[in-house]
Amino acid sequence: MARFIVRRLIQMVLVMFSVSVLTFLIFNVIPNGDPAVRMAGKQPTETQIQAIREEWGFDEPLHVQYLTTMEKVFTGDLVSYTTQLDVVDQIVQGIPRTLSLAVGAAILWMLFAVALGLYSAMKAGRFADRFLTVLALIGISMPVFWLGALMNYYLGFKAGIFPNGGYVELTEDPIDWAYHLVMPWVALSVLFIGIYSRVLRSNVLDTMNEDYVRTARAKGLSERRILVRHVLRNSLIPIVTLWGLDFGLVVGGGAILTETVFDLEGVGQFAADAIGQLDVPPVLAITMFVAFFVVLLNAIVDILYAVLDPRVRLQ
Amino acid sequence: MTRERLLDVDELDVSFVTEGGLVHAVDRVSFHLARGEVLAIVGESGSGKSVSVMTLLGLTRAPNARFGGRAFLRRPGGDVDLVGAKDSVLRRIRGNEIAMIFQDPMTSLNPVHRVGDQIVEQILAHEDVLEAEARERAIGLLDRVGVPRARDRIGSYPHEFSGGMRQRVMIAMALSCDPDVLIADEPTTALDVTIQAQILERVRELKEGRNAGVILVTHDLGVVAELADRIAVMYSGRIVETGTLDQVFYDPQHPYTWGLLGSITRLDLPRPERLPAISGAPPSLASRPQGCHFRPRCPHEFEKCPEDPPLEARVDARSEHCDRCWLSPDEKRRKRQVTPNQIGLEAKGAVA
Repeated sequence: MARFIVRRLIQMVLVMFSVSVLTFLIFNVIPNGDPAVRMAGKQPTETQIQAIREEWGFDEPLHVQYLTTMEKVFTGDLVSYTTQLDVVDQIVQGIPRTLSLAVGAAILWMLFAVALGLYSAMKAGRFADRFLTVLALIGISMPVFWLGALMNYYLGFKAGIFPNGGYVELTEDPIDWAYHLVMPWVALSVLFIGIYSRVLRSNVLDTMNEDYVRTARAKGLSERRILVRHVLRNSLIPIVTLWGLDFGLVVGGGAILTETVFDLEGVGQFAADAIGQLDVPPVLAITMFVAFFVVLLNAIVDILYAVLDPRVRLQ
Repeated sequence: MTRERLLDVDELDVSFVTEGGLVHAVDRVSFHLARGEVLAIVGESGSGKSVSVMTLLGLTRAPNARFGGRAFLRRPGGDVDLVGAKDSVLRRIRGNEIAMIFQDPMTSLNPVHRVGDQIVEQILAHEDVLEAEARERAIGLLDRVGVPRARDRIGSYPHEFSGGMRQRVMIAMALSCDPDVLIADEPTTALDVTIQAQILERVRELKEGRNAGVILVTHDLGVVAELADRIAVMYSGRIVETGTLDQVFYDPQHPYTWGLLGSITRLDLPRPERLPAISGAPPSLASRPQGCHFRPRCPHEFEKCPEDPPLEARVDARSEHCDRCWLSPDEKRRKRQVTPNQIGLEAKGAVA
């Protein structure tokens, strides 16, 4: 176990390093990316720009710039080029919102995907299965910004059933918190439910042909027990991998579109704003933040794997 | 010698609707099984032997499967037709009155559950006992089938066992509810020879110790010679010859049986230049020759063969020895080349 953790930590450092270097380089080569010009305001003089360059260190060689920026990331001194606000502070502010979105949605999509995937597999080839297939494809095909906007307009603005975006602290009012999050949860989950239920359906159908399922049937177990204990458990193993990665992505601020459409002001929306203004420090910090969670969840998935499948040993 | 009947299978017929047409896997197969006897169903792959026995447990039930005939399980509480029985009725019989051991112990146990739990769950599915009690029984069963340190190993996972040990677990599982009928579908095919002998010993104990009936599905005639009381030879979905072990081994009537017996190689005789084999390949189950199914591969075909030969007692009308070949018993004796010596039957006494 200790070796497993050490290996994962090394992996995490490597991933975060590569991701940060790549992000940093990308923002240095994209056109119109010179932060000094952008910070100098409208119609600046060459001397003003030069002054900003010197003040912020943009005239230094690239690797020196990278190192100073990274130093600031870890000391918490990183400041946005456009708003001059502290980046880490802003991310920390967004975390509870993003986490609320991620946890609720991940539970929602996993529950529905398992239920629908299982049902679909049991009715394979029949009407219910075909209907769910079409439904899943529709869900996968609907872009979240469009679905979110529709929900906002019809359920929020017109019908007034749900609040039109915004966020209430969980500690302030748990019911209002959930009430505000229902639409974001659903909008984010639809795509994942579609994908996961399809994957689970085919896993279940594969597993049903396994010899040990025939054994279970020959033992005289009830169909329900066969399905839950012998089929589902084995079919869930691949789904857990997907789930870990997607959950990590959303926790790290990957649900940019959902957060923006519902104005949650979480990490993802912060990322969207920063990207729109080619603001390197927040983008860099958030990218590393996402990478951290993806690697972390990957490690958790590996542990879960060993729990679900005893043949997998953590080494 | 009349023993209590356990199974009477009458004209069992199984076919599957596929895209390539109707596949007639089992063609009006009849056999019976009594207490304390081993019936061996022999035949090459695709002859319908596995489908026949799996159908007895309803394991071949599927939307595209069609069944015919009847298979009675005789029991004190009233006979049950296994072909027509409802799923709920079959569920209570499976693993309880009829248990099954499968061919491949490597894939027949669920890899994510402890072996003890897999045995316990079967006991709990049929009997109203406490889990702790079922667990004690599972330990006793594992111990009896020869799993060393059963009390410790009950918490192990299947991948922590060797193939032979897993098959013992499968046997322990099959025995857990004290079944009247045990179906062993090629139980030793996936195992090496030394383990095979030990596993067969377990099956024999079951037959003798518990007075159960055993159906042994195999293509290994060595196993048959050691264990079987009666034999049914299947070819292309049909039984082509059936009788007692001695009848079929010492006086085989059907040319296919001659071929099967002739393809045994003996370690104690000079090695033949080529391994003897039946020429040709078995017919596709979707399109079979008219009349005798073995006709295209049979060296003794004559004008009567395109006519369907019924399964009849041809040697002695009063005996159980039946076959599906038009040749007269005298012609058969002249034409066949297998001798008991060639198939190593005299070794049987020494082993048993």
